[in-house]
Amino acid sequence: MFDILLSSLGQLFTLDHLLYMVLGVLVGLVVGIIPGLGGIAGMALLLPFLYGMEPSVALGMLMGLVAVIPTGDTFASVLLGIPGSSASQATVIDGFSLAKRGQAARALSSAFLSSMIGGLIGAAVLTGFILIARPVVLSFSSSELFMLTLLGLSMVAVLSGRDLLKGLAACGLGLLIGTIGMAPATGEFRLNFEINYLFDGVPLVVIGLGIFALPEIIDLLVKRGAIAGERTRLGKGWKQGLQDVGKNRGLVARCAGIGSLLGTIPGLAGSVVDWMTYGHAVQSAKDKSKFGHGDIRGVIAPEAANNACASGAMVPTLLFGVPGSGTAAVFLGGLLLLGLQPGVSMIETNLDLTYTIIWSLALANIIGAAFCLGLARPVASLTRVPFVILAPLITVLIMFAAYQATRSPGDLLALGAIGALGVLFKQAGWSRPAFLIGFVLAPGAEAYFYQAVQFQGSAAFMRPGVLIIGAMILAALFLPMFRQLWRKLRSTDTEQAPAVGEAPATGSKPITIGGIDLVIFTALLGMATYGWFHLADLSLLGGLMPRLALAIMGVACLLEILRSLVRKPAWQHQPLLQQVVWLAGFFALVGAILTFGLVTTATLFCLAFLMFIARLKPWVAITMSAGVAIFLVGMAKLLTLTYPSGLIDPLLFG
Amino acid sequence: MNTHKTTNSLGRLKKAAVLGLAIAGLGLTLTAPVQAQDANVPSTIKWTIPFGVGGGTDVWARFFSPWLSEHIPGEPTISIDNVPGGGSINGANLFATRARSDGSDWLGTSASTQFPAMLGDRRVRYDYSNWTPILATPTGGVVYAQPSLGEESESAIATLLEKRVKLAVQSHTGLELPVLIALDMLGVDVQAVSGMQGRGEGRLAFERGEADIDFQTTSAYLSSVAPLVESGRAVPLFSLGVLNDEGQIERDPAFPDLPTFTEVYGNLNGEAPSGTANEAYEKFFASGFTLQKLIMVPKGTPDELVEIYREAALEFVETEQFKQEADAHLGPYTPIIGDVVERHLEQAMALNDDLREWLADWLKTKHGASI
Repeated sequence: MFDILLSSLGQLFTLDHLLYMVLGVLVGLVVGIIPGLGGIAGMALLLPFLYGMEPSVALGMLMGLVAVIPTGDTFASVLLGIPGSSASQATVIDGFSLAKRGQAARALSSAFLSSMIGGLIGAAVLTGFILIARPVVLSFSSSELFMLTLLGLSMVAVLSGRDLLKGLAACGLGLLIGTIGMAPATGEFRLNFEINYLFDGVPLVVIGLGIFALPEIIDLLVKRGAIAGERTRLGKGWKQGLQDVGKNRGLVARCAGIGSLLGTIPGLAGSVVDWMTYGHAVQSAKDKSKFGHGDIRGVIAPEAANNACASGAMVPTLLFGVPGSGTAAVFLGGLLLLGLQPGVSMIETNLDLTYTIIWSLALANIIGAAFCLGLARPVASLTRVPFVILAPLITVLIMFAAYQATRSPGDLLALGAIGALGVLFKQAGWSRPAFLIGFVLAPGAEAYFYQAVQFQGSAAFMRPGVLIIGAMILAALFLPMFRQLWRKLRSTDTEQAPAVGEAPATGSKPITIGGIDLVIFTALLGMATYGWFHLADLSLLGGLMPRLALAIMGVACLLEILRSLVRKPAWQHQPLLQQVVWLAGFFALVGAILTFGLVTTATLFCLAFLMFIARLKPWVAITMSAGVAIFLVGMAKLLTLTYPSGLIDPLLFG
Repeated sequence: MNTHKTTNSLGRLKKAAVLGLAIAGLGLTLTAPVQAQDANVPSTIKWTIPFGVGGGTDVWARFFSPWLSEHIPGEPTISIDNVPGGGSINGANLFATRARSDGSDWLGTSASTQFPAMLGDRRVRYDYSNWTPILATPTGGVVYAQPSLGEESESAIATLLEKRVKLAVQSHTGLELPVLIALDMLGVDVQAVSGMQGRGEGRLAFERGEADIDFQTTSAYLSSVAPLVESGRAVPLFSLGVLNDEGQIERDPAFPDLPTFTEVYGNLNGEAPSGTANEAYEKFFASGFTLQKLIMVPKGTPDELVEIYREAALEFVETEQFKQEADAHLGPYTPIIGDVVERHLEQAMALNDDLREWLADWLKTKHGASI
């Protein structure tokens, strides 16, 4: 065993191996930094060269790529508020808030350092765990997986704090949108309204971009100024970020541990892990008031976890041929192309290759994070640029990213629709993470519940694993309550658990209600009523989950209304007019893109926006728009992407 | 000061991006096309794969493309275009409306492209009769059971007939459909638990002891189930067999010792399988296994080009080197090329309304699923 460990280490430091791994790391960073591409695009770029390569060298290259994707995508999450990939959605909340407070460099440096440490811990865990992982992975049956999705859903309660009912309603809506598409039990199509695009459900990337990125862009445009609202010295933050990681050693270690273990469970993609660790960071913190408004722990926790998770995801991929994430799925394709079959052979005859993979993972994490740490300081100054200059570029970027989800016009329209929802939620302080968690976990919760009942019957819920996870859920829900009660008994300080993410957090504010709240209430209740009748044609099994989502949404809304009526809320003015104007502009842009083509429209849009709204000098505006065109065309050629072609693009760009 | 810093950092960011692009670009130019000499053969062939990168069909196409490119005169560049979505229906629809018939557009299809067309899925806007097959690769499959049902296949099958057993499937109309029909014909009462993301998850459910029986295609069986069989944790029951050129089902060369479904049926019933159920089984077996993955071109593609492509494939499929390398990807099966594919395909894809009605009814009553 030790000789294999050492011989694979020696293999790692051969020139060939290092060169190809660095190549993998570079490609990984580039596709990681550009939102919407992520591991799948990176793998697509490398796969053509794979066939015929020496397996250990090729694996090094692939691992270089896999390892740094969750590192590189932090740039977009922190600096621009764009969830670069599904693994970095939780990072957006506090990371982007820190950037808005002028602490982008701090957020980035601590994110990268925790990524690096998380990746190393993940690799270390993997080294030993892979040998004994088989029985452990097999002990998670469908009922335990269902309980894990419930554990994920319980994070909604943790993240919503005192706005629990609104959080639940948001989560219900997320669950509902998550059930669009085929029912896993019966194969019926639900809630697709005969729109072709909805048969597959709405892609996660589009939801993430719509709910987080678009509302932030609009908000910043309304407020004017730069992303960094407060002026601080940039260089200082960089060092502070590193120190922050030092201060939160325990958190980093715990989150990396959670990440690597959850990653090994097939079927729970990385998107659950970051929310769970984020929830863990909130729960374990004494002072929760800063979460959602720029608490560095909200960056450290998910970043430490997602790199570790990428390592953990190798276990089901290598041992069972069941990929734990989208990137792992493509990695599996790479293995097959190299003529390697996943399975027990990976820890028997091919153990050396498995250790090459693990070692490469560790080394690539170090190299990738070092690159990013070096870039962090200069790139952070992006947040000082007046936002009105960045806005058109970022808008084009998120449209580019969203369209890669399924390459259908529906992606752009769904982006706008979810973006409108995000704007409403943001303006009224409803929890957007709760919505996203509901969406992400809906398919898993439904499929695993159905499978658990079918496979195990009522015995499913008496299994020891199920009971243990059940206890964890109860602890997650009630421990904070007890702790709070305890604190209340001990001191007279009436501190309340504040909401994370959106709502005003400090102290025990009186309950407020505003115009947008009323709009959301009406819409959700209307949807619940209409949906209930619309689902009437479905079979019992196929309609169960959407009905449950509707019920959660409707009941939570009614209770919240009741609560508001009883507590006599203060009327809060919630401005929306300017936001609606920008949203209308966005839809107009989508219309133009679909009619004339993405490249043409994006270029002209940037030019016009930069000249007439940002009022830049013409030559600067022309240069930047030309840059946009070159980026789009270059990406299309390099990665064989397609864009909405429209009427004009085919004439100009072939 | 500040603006200077900004431009400087932007410059660095761009540099990093340019570096990455340059590296990738370098790689691309290394495989750049050699100009086609043959006037008829396009210099670039766009091969649409209606599945995501890294999936089974994608890997299959990436394995074939260098072989094909090398053997087609002029060595055209074959670029793979992944258009995932709708379980391959989206990509195939797009191909049906957009593909040019000058030989520069290929489509790679799989069972999940064939089945919806046969079942009359309303999302399908493509028609196999508008396409000409170049090559097809077959696969086989094995049904296996928990050793608790019986130590060897005969006793396990006997137990199967007495109790209701669970099988994890992706969907009732997925690749498992012919297996479900076959088990039903044998008289096995199967509870199909759907919603698996791929056959791999089905196998996991079996290994966890949740499913009583399972089914895998040849390559997955050899790599992941054979070790289970060796260590006594799984018992193979029967293979689906392979279809020979005359349209008869015979033993699978990958599993020469394992009886086929047809043999098992014969042993139990004393006669060969027949009737509507068997007709459905044969059609879905043919399009899901014998012709599991296909290279198709639009019907209007010039005959000479179709011939050139087929001959290119014929040139390498019989070579030792190909067989050796293909073993890991395709199992011990030789790709089928030419008119045979066309004949089998036409036969398999044609479902009359009676048969479709029988299927819809069968799915509803036996599995509570609707088409």
